[in-house]
Amino acid sequence: MSGFAIELVGLTKKYGSFTAVDHLNLSIKKGEVFGLLGPNGAGKSTTILMILGLTDPASGHARVCGIDPTVKPIEVKRLVGYLPEDVGFYDDRTGYDNLMYTARLNSIPDAEAQQRIVRLLERVGLSGEAGKKTGTYSRGMRQRLGLADVLIKNPEIIILDEPTLGIDPKGVREFLNLILELSKEEGLTVLFSSHHLHQVQQVCDRVGLFVKGKLLAEGNVQSLAQKLFTRSPYVIEAGISGNGESVKEIASLLKPINGVEEIALKDKYYEISCTRDATAEIAKEIVASGLSLTHLSRKEYGLDDIYYRYFEGGEEHERIN
Amino acid sequence: MNVSIKKSILHTLFTKAGSLIKPNRGNQVASSRHQYLNNAFRAIVFKEVSDHVRSWRFIILVAIIALTCFGSLYAALSVIDKAVKPNDPEGTFIFLKLFTLSDGTLPSYAVYISFLGPLLGISLGFDAINSEHNRGTLSRLLAQPIHRDYILNAKFLGSLIVISVLLFALGFLVMGIGLIAIGIPPTVEEFMRIIAFILLSIVYVAFWLNLSIFFSVRFRQTATSALSGIAVWLFFSVFYPMIITMVSKAFQPSEFASAHEIAGYERLMSVMLYLLPNQLFSVATSTLLMPSIRSLGTLSMEQMTGALPGPLPIGQSLMLVWAQVTALIAATVLCFALSYVSFMRKEIRSR
Repeated sequence: MSGFAIELVGLTKKYGSFTAVDHLNLSIKKGEVFGLLGPNGAGKSTTILMILGLTDPASGHARVCGIDPTVKPIEVKRLVGYLPEDVGFYDDRTGYDNLMYTARLNSIPDAEAQQRIVRLLERVGLSGEAGKKTGTYSRGMRQRLGLADVLIKNPEIIILDEPTLGIDPKGVREFLNLILELSKEEGLTVLFSSHHLHQVQQVCDRVGLFVKGKLLAEGNVQSLAQKLFTRSPYVIEAGISGNGESVKEIASLLKPINGVEEIALKDKYYEISCTRDATAEIAKEIVASGLSLTHLSRKEYGLDDIYYRYFEGGEEHERIN
Repeated sequence: MNVSIKKSILHTLFTKAGSLIKPNRGNQVASSRHQYLNNAFRAIVFKEVSDHVRSWRFIILVAIIALTCFGSLYAALSVIDKAVKPNDPEGTFIFLKLFTLSDGTLPSYAVYISFLGPLLGISLGFDAINSEHNRGTLSRLLAQPIHRDYILNAKFLGSLIVISVLLFALGFLVMGIGLIAIGIPPTVEEFMRIIAFILLSIVYVAFWLNLSIFFSVRFRQTATSALSGIAVWLFFSVFYPMIITMVSKAFQPSEFASAHEIAGYERLMSVMLYLLPNQLFSVATSTLLMPSIRSLGTLSMEQMTGALPGPLPIGQSLMLVWAQVTALIAATVLCFALSYVSFMRKEIRSR
């Protein structure tokens, strides 16, 4: 058995002539938190359905802990907990009853299930609400109950499809931390799909960028940035005030520094693109030339930049390749 | 897979009937895969039954059906003393008359069941699948380690259990009250006939249940599936008989037509009638509850000669309605197969 929790090889799904997932290759290691990032309709949910064996791929195959979900969906579903997008519960039953039903579907003996439910409800902060009907739950509470519902079968892998949709920012942070803590505690592999960059950035070890059924890039956030911004991975922002020097003059001053590529004035700051981290030299040069340095910062590439570069500037991406 | 499902249904239905009512807590450690899945199947059936029993919809329906049935029982009791005539071949079957007699204002028990049974079946099944889908619970359910068809089978079985318990309870109540009121106990044969009648009504309601489950798989909106079910019910109970009347007028042979033509016309009419599930049910019912009915079609004079007007034994009555019962069961199975195929092919996404 391989060390991968989820392995997708050439996975393809077609709906008529439309290709929802196009030859997807992806491996997720055990114990990893993997973020599947992409805009709506990129094929994230379809990929998840194929991993669970809920829909059959047109070609290629998936392996979950070495098991083929197309052939043995039940075995896979025993190992994988799945929190669907916009999860629903039986509104006329209590939170406790809903979890008990899931436990029974997993053939967990009632006594054991009871203990687990109490522990999990406490863990997700719903102990006080266990006896209330889920119809009265707020969106965030339902999502947390969903997490407890997923964990009740002691899964090895949990798959969360857009779990933070429709929760307020504070709730999102709490929810993400909860996922992170639980995955560390239980040694879970987490596959997490979202179109929110910041959330993915916060919790995921590795990110896969998913657009139009294709995985464009994968890796951690830093390596993704490096892959994308190959020409000038470092951008330094400098605020320079002097006696009205022009951009050209400043440029001629800084250009000789090793690594500096381009200088442009954006709003009130100069943006200096470099191939290496030349912050110190730039500061030295500016101060030495008698100009006053009011601001200096190195810009980090966040997922935002990556996101826009990929999703908004499709042509630009072609050019990079 | 099919075989194992069938087995598990039969298994749950017959051998484990006792443990269905009380969850089997002692032996829940899943010793084998079969046991494992069996537990899950039972959990869904329980859930379905308790959902039905708790719902207002069901309580209201039970109230309507119980009230009308007791109304018809009252009507039957008020005329039963006049119904028994000397030399009546059914004179010995007084008890059965409780189910078939009417005083002219209220229809009999059997007619009520044939009219309200469809409503019961439709109301228990019309939102079986689509309400789960709309609540967002179906995708969560499918992510559990169970076969997909378990959901459909368990929903059907759960509703069937509820229907069976309800119809048996009502039938026995009518028998019990009748027994107190008229003071004549039923003979063994009468009892058997009533049991057969109750089983037949369960099959009849199961047909409508399956039809509405099919609509619930097919249509996303619960209102659409409920309306389609009711539309089919109205068509069969109101419009189709009208169409038959029109056709029969158009094709009616003249007074001077040959016997052959008249026989052909009769055959056409009976074929058209038997397409109606209601007709199948009411013909089978009256044969079961009125032992003097000896034939369901036209008889020639040759067949009539020498026949003594007397009641048929229960075995012969069952033989007589076997075709109708088979047709009802076939229609039920057909609806189930349709919903099965349609559900298995469906790709379930979250809401």
